[in-house]
Amino acid sequence: MSYVLIFLALLMAGLVWWLIKQTINLQPWTASANTEAVRSDGIRSVTRNVPLPRTKVALGVFLAVVTSLFALFVSAYAIRMEYGDWRPMPEPTLLWVNTGILILSSVFLQMAWNAAKAGNLKTVRFGIAGGGALAVGFIIGQVLAWFQLTATGYSISANPANAFFYMITAVHALHMAGGLIALGRTVKRVYGAEEAIPKIQLGVELCAVYWHYLLAIWVILFGFMLNT
Amino acid sequence: MSDVTHDALDYVPPLEVEEEELYHAKTWLGKYVFCQDAKVIAIQYSLTAIGIGVVALVLSLLMRLQLGFPHEFSIIDPSNYLQFVTMHGMIMVIYLLTALFLGGFGNYLIPLMVGARDMVFPYVNMISYWVYLVAVLVLVASFFVPGGATGAGWTLYPPQAISPGTPGIDGGIILMLVSLALFIIGFTMGGLNYVVTVLQARTRGMSLMRMPLTIWGIFMATVLALLAFPALFVSAIMMLLDKLIGTSFFMPAMISLGEQTSFDGGSPILFQHLFWFFGHPEVYIVALPAFGIVSDVLSVHARKAIFGYRMMVWAIVAIGALSFIVWAHHMYVSGMNPYFGFFFATTTLIIAVPTAIKVYNWVLTLWRGNIKLTVPMIFAIGFIFTFINGGITGLFLGNVTIDLPLSDTYFVIAHFHMVMAVSPVLVVFAAIYHWYPKITGKFMDDTLGQWHFWLTFLGSYAIYLPMHYLGFEGIPRRYFAYGETDFMSASAADLNAAITIAAFVVAFGQLFFFWNLFISYFRGKEAGGNPWEATTLEWQTPHTPPRHGNFDDLPLVYRWAYDYSVPGVEQDYVPQNVSPAEAENLGKGGGEQPT
Amino acid sequence: MVLVVVVVLLIIGTVLFHFLSPWYLTPLASNWDTIDLTIDVTFWVTGLVFIVVNSFMAWAIYKYRYDKNRRAEYEPENKKLEWILTGFTAVGVAAMLAPGLFVWAEFVTVPEDAHEVEVVGQQWHWSFRYPGKDGKFGAVESRYVSEDNPFGMEKDDPNGQDDVLIFSPTLHVPINKPLKMNLRSKDVLHNVAVAQFRVKMDMVPGLVSYLWFEPIKLGEYEILCEELCGIGHHTMRGMVVVDEQEDFDAWLDSQPTYAEILGTPKGDPQIGQAQYAACAACHGFQGEGNPLMNAPKIAGQEGWYIRRQIEYFKTGVRGAHPSDEFGAQMAPMAMTLIDDAAVNNVIAYIDTLPQVDSPQTVEGDVERGKDIYTTCGHCHGYEGEGVFAVNAPHLAMDDWYLVRQLKNFRDGVRGAHRDDKYGMQMAMMAAILQDDQRINDVVAYINTLPGPQGDMGAASVASRE
Repeated sequence: MSYVLIFLALLMAGLVWWLIKQTINLQPWTASANTEAVRSDGIRSVTRNVPLPRTKVALGVFLAVVTSLFALFVSAYAIRMEYGDWRPMPEPTLLWVNTGILILSSVFLQMAWNAAKAGNLKTVRFGIAGGGALAVGFIIGQVLAWFQLTATGYSISANPANAFFYMITAVHALHMAGGLIALGRTVKRVYGAEEAIPKIQLGVELCAVYWHYLLAIWVILFGFMLNT
Repeated sequence: MSDVTHDALDYVPPLEVEEEELYHAKTWLGKYVFCQDAKVIAIQYSLTAIGIGVVALVLSLLMRLQLGFPHEFSIIDPSNYLQFVTMHGMIMVIYLLTALFLGGFGNYLIPLMVGARDMVFPYVNMISYWVYLVAVLVLVASFFVPGGATGAGWTLYPPQAISPGTPGIDGGIILMLVSLALFIIGFTMGGLNYVVTVLQARTRGMSLMRMPLTIWGIFMATVLALLAFPALFVSAIMMLLDKLIGTSFFMPAMISLGEQTSFDGGSPILFQHLFWFFGHPEVYIVALPAFGIVSDVLSVHARKAIFGYRMMVWAIVAIGALSFIVWAHHMYVSGMNPYFGFFFATTTLIIAVPTAIKVYNWVLTLWRGNIKLTVPMIFAIGFIFTFINGGITGLFLGNVTIDLPLSDTYFVIAHFHMVMAVSPVLVVFAAIYHWYPKITGKFMDDTLGQWHFWLTFLGSYAIYLPMHYLGFEGIPRRYFAYGETDFMSASAADLNAAITIAAFVVAFGQLFFFWNLFISYFRGKEAGGNPWEATTLEWQTPHTPPRHGNFDDLPLVYRWAYDYSVPGVEQDYVPQNVSPAEAENLGKGGGEQPT
Repeated sequence: MVLVVVVVLLIIGTVLFHFLSPWYLTPLASNWDTIDLTIDVTFWVTGLVFIVVNSFMAWAIYKYRYDKNRRAEYEPENKKLEWILTGFTAVGVAAMLAPGLFVWAEFVTVPEDAHEVEVVGQQWHWSFRYPGKDGKFGAVESRYVSEDNPFGMEKDDPNGQDDVLIFSPTLHVPINKPLKMNLRSKDVLHNVAVAQFRVKMDMVPGLVSYLWFEPIKLGEYEILCEELCGIGHHTMRGMVVVDEQEDFDAWLDSQPTYAEILGTPKGDPQIGQAQYAACAACHGFQGEGNPLMNAPKIAGQEGWYIRRQIEYFKTGVRGAHPSDEFGAQMAPMAMTLIDDAAVNNVIAYIDTLPQVDSPQTVEGDVERGKDIYTTCGHCHGYEGEGVFAVNAPHLAMDDWYLVRQLKNFRDGVRGAHRDDKYGMQMAMMAAILQDDQRINDVVAYINTLPGPQGDMGAASVASRE
């Protein structure tokens, strides 16, 4: 369970740090804390910058949940690996190709994000559509990898190493597919909105962040599976 | 609502809340069924949870009949018994308490108490409820599939959960796992809402440390749930694969009723680690909202600020964080490496410290208060009593050595029912009596409430206090019948019968509650907007029950949630949205509250 | 003020209940008095907290009851008080934790001189294995387990040849010697627990867990399974007998080793035929049974089941109950089979008799019987074919005999003897047949089952509804 514990420890440390920042030396009943500006009429309030968009915060929370999920899969993998019947399975070359596709997909979305910030709608469209198509390619590639493996005798129930491989890649691909739904909506908006770049900026950004995140998760998972 | 404007203030307000277009129902269906208003979703969650909870209550009564009077009734057989044990536990812990505290109270109270118009993602919030409802229906369906519901115990330990010799190893367990997965997906949708609403939708002036403890409790519980439920999700998926495809995640090489199986090398202990990695935080997912709510109820009815607010907040956070590193105290005798026992016993007993602090602070809130013994208040006080008892017995079980004789006995049953069933349920009742006037505009009947309290409180104490001692005697849990054993005293059977009678008394007591809930809606005394004279924002709404959108103008918060009996102010409470200038006049005739 | 009075009464009542309750830890029979001591320490610390905090609360509720002319004090926090309380709590927690960890350290370290026994759990049965003279256990493997090799012994392992295998659920141990139990499960999770010894531990398929204790009192102690293991969980019982060293040694010597079990000759039906003559008088020459003599059909019955029943009749485990008049007739007859060889021979002969269907004499509601049979099927098989692994015979017996035996089980006429470990299981299950009509119903349903001739084993388990 050490992987998930490391993640949670970091998360909890972050939470506690954030809380300390909010609460240190604050006596809520007197409300005269250092971060508060007191106005002449007695209204006191914490001054801070414009808050983060809610969807952005929501994505952050959601990614924490997903990280917890994958950390648990990896923890279970690491524990199960210690048992005697574990026989590592080969990673087909196709997985390397898929990794490349996913990286490219992420690059496309980053491009779209940059373009959205710069206000270049045409590049946004190109990047986001290209990234989406590549992501679809990645999922198809993963499914092909399964077929390859099954055909060469590495079926899901043959060995726990195989079972973990199929399960984890499937869960990852499902998250990718979920991301594609969100991406699809953004694509629709990007192609519908001629002028309102600021309105789509957030959507593109969130997609890009999610894509980078799934790429990072995949690289970690793939690296983990390569080494075991 | 587009006419809502803020005062023109010349400073950057905290968490500037933009007005967003509210969801407006266009049809009857959209207003009452597929509704996106958090308050309606809250009611839907609550009624569904209570409905399925009643089913679980009936199951427990049937089990008690068997245990108390094994020879008088043949209503259930051993299969039914195990199925009822399983379903009772699972329903009560997840489908009732988790759903009610977070989906029910969370939805109703978060937007109102932080001064928001609604949850931040109302549509996702609505979907959350419907997914939950489907999860409940799938769970109920498992009773009716061939083989019946699963009888693996609520912990669903493999291998027996999917091996012959246990009821419901086909449809039953599959539907159970699917239902759990659905619940988790639904909950995650709701949970994102609760967390982001607390973080981003607080009204101006509502800094974190001005939030009522109810919100703190629900917030932290939601964070725990979001991070812990994936563990259950992972174990559910892996067990489904073991069952359906024949993988060996959890299934070792084993014989099953004399037949060789095709499983090889899996680890049942791995499942237990995953399960309790979720299962222990789950205890606090139920307890933390209860802690928060009871703090507010005590404070309001004692007319006194909650004692040690900051300590209370930190205790909630500390308990939440620590709850992730105590899970294996459920597994001291599971056959895992026994050296883990040292670590987990230590962390488990450490978590007792912040918990004890919370108890002291509740009691110290009463101290030098001006205590009104209203119905919600007596429920809250009843909670303190049962929680002390249940917390103390936790120190027995958490201490690894004492767990040796006591684990898997009635002591465990008594402990977790006292701490996780009786205590939170008393808080649920306190909360319902407390907020019913806001939800409906009517008081609940006082006499019926008193009857309900005494039958529930004394009845459940009569059930669970003696049960600990059956556990000391060594009487194991999950036994359909005891038969003849030397070490079991003959009188233990009489005690078991007495416990069953007490259980029926408690169940009878709930009739007062349901009748009260129903009749008060029609005949209850009019309550007005702020009947308990409380400070928090939900009591300051312009309409009672609050309308869609909750407030006309979003309130401005000037103070924390516990300004009761403030020196220098005549009125013994100052609502959060009263400015210091206005506060001086409160209670002096002209100083009516601004709403 | 009722609340105050009640809270005070509850405090007093709880304390009184604690001291007066007749239900408490069973008298200790092992070295683990330190566990009891840890419990005592915890009781003192927590009891004090319980009394003080609740009393304070009751006092506060009384003293600060509502008075509209008084105001609550405004005191948001009191740092000093909170830190003092935290400090006291930390000290109390440490006082409870320290002995706990100390005793646990003792529990996880098995003494060097401990002798060992292996406890094997399987669905609803205990068996035991001693390492024999060489002090080493032979290797075992799950995949070797079969009807002939219930322990899954590896045939050729030299360490295993002198292992003493005890299939019946009674374990003998010598007094005043530390004993390490190696725990193993063949199927699902189990947990070996003896209340008087205080310790318990789960048995997990795929690994060997352990516990240790030193018995300090002679006597018989029940073993209970305390980890849910399926429908028969509550019937999974065994017995530990604590003997003086010499009694233990004598007992152990009388038990067969693995090599001896392998070498036991098979029964000879030729010799058995002659001995069967005595049986035939009642049970019929073809073993077809005779209701007039109250003798059930025995043809087709499993050998292991007949052997066990003959053993029971011979030792007074069965047929000795005053209400079991027909069993009482069988008991002296069983004595005519003087030794194991004779028993084996007769069984070998019975095995050659043709299995015939018995006439149906019991009427009942088959549909209702089917519902009831859900419970029975877990052990006896959903075709009534019997499952050796759970010691459950097939049910193609005379229906009148089934009815009589079910009543006997239910009414404590059969299965109530201390040594009838398997009858006890059936008796506990028969408790669900409180009225006679249910017995007729379930037997009527059993009459419709194919029995052992039907599709056997796993297939029938899978086909159940």
